[in-house]
Amino acid sequence: MSDLDQFRQETRAWLEENCPQTMRTPMRSEKEATWGGRNPEYAHPDQKLWLDRMAARGWTVPDWPTPYGGGGLTPGETKILREELARIRARNPLHSFGISMLGPALLKYGTEEQKLGHLPKIARGEIRWCQGYSEPNAGSDLAGLQTSAEDAGDHFIVNGQKVWTSYADKADWIFCLVRTDKAVKQGGISFLLFDMASEGVSTRPILLISGNSPFCETFFDNVKVPKANLVGDLNKGWDVAKYLLGHEREMISAMGLGATGSDALIEAARKGADPLLRAQIALFQVRAQAFKAMSERFIDELKAGRAHPAQPSMMKYYGTELNKTRHELLMAAGGSDALEWESDATHGGAPARTWLRTKANSIEGGTSEIQLNIIAKRILDLPS
Amino acid sequence: MPLYLNDDQTLLRDTARDFVAEHAPVSHLRGLRDANDTTGFSRDLWREFADLGFTGILIPEAQGGLGLGHVEAGIVLEEIGRNLSPSPFLTTALAAVEALKGTAHADRWFPGILAGETVAALAIDEGPKHNARITLQATRAGNGYRLTGTKQFVHHGHVADLLLVAAQTDAGTALFAVPADAAGLTANPERLADASIAARLTFEGVEVDADAIVGEGDAALTRLLAAARTGASAELVGVGAATLDMTVGYLKQRKQFGAVIGSFQALQHRAAHLYSELEVARAAVLKAQQLLDAGTEAADAVAVAKAMTGLATTLAVQEGVQMHGGIGMTDEYDLGFYMKRARILTELFGDTNFHADALARAAGY
Repeated sequence: MSDLDQFRQETRAWLEENCPQTMRTPMRSEKEATWGGRNPEYAHPDQKLWLDRMAARGWTVPDWPTPYGGGGLTPGETKILREELARIRARNPLHSFGISMLGPALLKYGTEEQKLGHLPKIARGEIRWCQGYSEPNAGSDLAGLQTSAEDAGDHFIVNGQKVWTSYADKADWIFCLVRTDKAVKQGGISFLLFDMASEGVSTRPILLISGNSPFCETFFDNVKVPKANLVGDLNKGWDVAKYLLGHEREMISAMGLGATGSDALIEAARKGADPLLRAQIALFQVRAQAFKAMSERFIDELKAGRAHPAQPSMMKYYGTELNKTRHELLMAAGGSDALEWESDATHGGAPARTWLRTKANSIEGGTSEIQLNIIAKRILDLPS
Repeated sequence: MPLYLNDDQTLLRDTARDFVAEHAPVSHLRGLRDANDTTGFSRDLWREFADLGFTGILIPEAQGGLGLGHVEAGIVLEEIGRNLSPSPFLTTALAAVEALKGTAHADRWFPGILAGETVAALAIDEGPKHNARITLQATRAGNGYRLTGTKQFVHHGHVADLLLVAAQTDAGTALFAVPADAAGLTANPERLADASIAARLTFEGVEVDADAIVGEGDAALTRLLAAARTGASAELVGVGAATLDMTVGYLKQRKQFGAVIGSFQALQHRAAHLYSELEVARAAVLKAQQLLDAGTEAADAVAVAKAMTGLATTLAVQEGVQMHGGIGMTDEYDLGFYMKRARILTELFGDTNFHADALARAAGY
């Protein structure tokens, strides 16, 4: 038996033993996601159990080096772990912007001190991070951001406002783009980390059409940030930000958008759909399964260093558009049942709220139009 | 197995790309059409395919072939699609070889296929839409069978040496290998929209030996169709990829309103969307090929590949013509040939709706 076969067998046995049955069912609403942090919220005690067991093995971040809290797995082993988790339909043990976004950026650009200080806590879900990128006048045109960090000797003084900061009200730390040079657009931006408990930080949730408030406005009023918290070089934050955005798009496209999770739709179709809806679902299934193959190819190419650097844009674009389609179809299949807003039967209106939430998929992390611009320019080489 | 081409496969792709582009570019197809050629392809070219070993790509090494798989056959087919090269590769080197492999028929037919002499055709469809219903009757007669019925949309059916015929026996469906010179068999060739030729076949009590059966039940036909569908999908990827290349190239050089039109966001977005659909389709095809080569259950993946390439390449040719404007409508420009070939390949062995429906049935809805 090859080493990988043996790894698969051991992994399967370990998961069988350690993944609670409750964590092998689809999440019924956003509230069942595990985010960790200083003040963790668990809808079910098994969430914590599952997180702790996975974190103890470094399997929340299987391919990170072990000194940083990772599992130190090879790409082949990581793929097998992912397959085995999917096989038992295990829930994600930890939803985390630290894992999917900040982590890769720190691994590439962070100092050893920053890596050791932050990565293990991310891996164990002890610190919950949020992303301070967008501003009221800098959304897709991110380089126009205004939040400033003034040099004050051994620290910076940060002033300004961020918007669409996902879960800022629940996050412990923020990774933040700040302007350190007003004279140049992209070249005057730096990448800072700081504690949301710092004096001068305040947040205000933004109520969305889904009736939920995952996003916040975030205000900085003379926030003091030690210079040791600068990631990468001063005024070179754009490189870090772009690298991170690539991972964000990767994460968004890997969140099963379009690719997986079509089970609910197929289930709905089995219960009965009119012929036209059945046809729409069948054609959706073609695209969703094809995109699943694309996701597999994308990850294989990434691991082998063969992916085009702009490929995450394609994945993000396609996956989010597919996900919106899926939820339109789920609503069509659900009929009036899917419209209940607060009932127990719908777990607090999960179908309708999720449907509405997905409309942000093609806006957040760079709009679909921005992704298409990137594909056109960087892959197809079309002129400006 | 990672879902991209390995080094050997990349090498094969480069070889195939150079060879097909040089020996059978679109002008080759145009030449055959303009000469009103009645074979539908060049036999000389088919022998050149053989010289490179391509006709034996799926034939086991022990029988003189290259012993490669569906991924490799698909690599050649993508280049065929890219250049719209007329050739019996899909029906002969892929589908027929896959169906005959491991049967007693292999010894009889493989040498000719390896030499680039033998052409096989697939007699599967009986109506204008591909479906699973087979009514061509194979009735017991002495030691063999007597075949009665009709088939249509049989590419190369009028010049093939070997016909693989799906028929209905007392015991269910079966696949027969029928030599094309069998008495009682007539072929009426019809030129199709893309200038290729497909025949309507009439079987009037065509007598074959009992050992003409390649396989009984659905298994042999299923294996043949899985290969043919996946191959047609690979060819569609090639047609779509070439169309995208042509279109993007045109966007970069055509000027209107004092700017190259490729700088217009409206067109950039359409091109980028098209690119995305084609990449997704390409991944679906490779997935199906790899599963077939691994001998794993691949029915869904094959259906996805055929349906998705139908969607993506149909979009490619439609967008291609639209973004080219009037020139895309002219016979002189090559784009129209791509539109026509895409339509034929999409229809072949089940269109997008057929395969989406199959997927739905398999999922139980």
